[in-house]
Amino acid sequence: MNSNSKGMTLIVKTVTRLTVGLILIYGIYIVFQGHIGPGGGFAGGVIIALSFIHLMLAFGKEAVLKKIDQEKYFLFASLGALALLMTLSFGFMRRHQPVSSSGDFGLFSGGLIPLSDIASAVMMASGLFVIFLALTLRTKREKK
Amino acid sequence: MEIHLILLFMIFAGIVAVEVKDLISSLIALSAAGLALSLGFLVLKAPSLAITQLVVEILCVIILIRATINKDLPMVKDGRWFFNTVATVLFIGCFLVFSYFALKELPAFGQPLMRVSGEYLAGGFTQTGVANLVSAITLNFRSYDALAEAAIIFASIIGVLAITRRIGKTNEQ
Repeated sequence: MNSNSKGMTLIVKTVTRLTVGLILIYGIYIVFQGHIGPGGGFAGGVIIALSFIHLMLAFGKEAVLKKIDQEKYFLFASLGALALLMTLSFGFMRRHQPVSSSGDFGLFSGGLIPLSDIASAVMMASGLFVIFLALTLRTKREKK
Repeated sequence: MEIHLILLFMIFAGIVAVEVKDLISSLIALSAAGLALSLGFLVLKAPSLAITQLVVEILCVIILIRATINKDLPMVKDGRWFFNTVATVLFIGCFLVFSYFALKELPAFGQPLMRVSGEYLAGGFTQTGVANLVSAITLNFRSYDALAEAAIIFASIIGVLAITRRIGKTNEQ
């Protein structure tokens, strides 16, 4: 009942402390191997955003907004979109030519495609999280 | 050439949508612009984006008509049922006839057209260096599609932020 700003109970906090790092690392893994196996920027970005949302649901909004506020998340989303625009348009101009290559099935074997994966992951993660922040903070403000 | 015509039509429809006073007319002009955008995607050889644009456009138009029609137009509920029924049956009949002819043109189940996708499957890995062919197609061969889909997602993020921002924020500053 009085868990408005402090988050949920001790059980949820302990389980969250154990799992949220794993979820974040899994999302980053999905992003970085998107050109080798199933995955990619959009799916990995959603997983990263879900780990942030998980943290915020368990610990309250102060734990997430303490260092980075909402405008900064939106700035990250904008930077991700800009990087995605640059990588994809550059890759469209030089299609069929991998820019750099570390051998087949290497971690960065696809030239610009891992970079655009990372850019779209940044955009998706911070964008989804900023939407979540906007919706939850708005409802709290209306209740006052 | 077609893309310039479509762009001119979209600019014209956008000006009409902004300038006209009636809300329903403005909505019709906006949906015409959206339909032209879908055609433009089709001209630019991005069919999946065209389908997405069409579906989103139809949804938006339905929601916007539902939001505006009670304020502008009184709904006529009686007296025109005969015309309404005949028009509905006629449009359903037209849709069925056209879909019959369109569905006959589709390739049979299990035997897809391999004109473009055959080249992707054969040379996708050697041309892009990416083992995951889905990533290779969406981010390299079809990067226009991926770029515009990311643009749609980013526009939706901006839209949510614009709707949910604090009202009267400029008055407080």
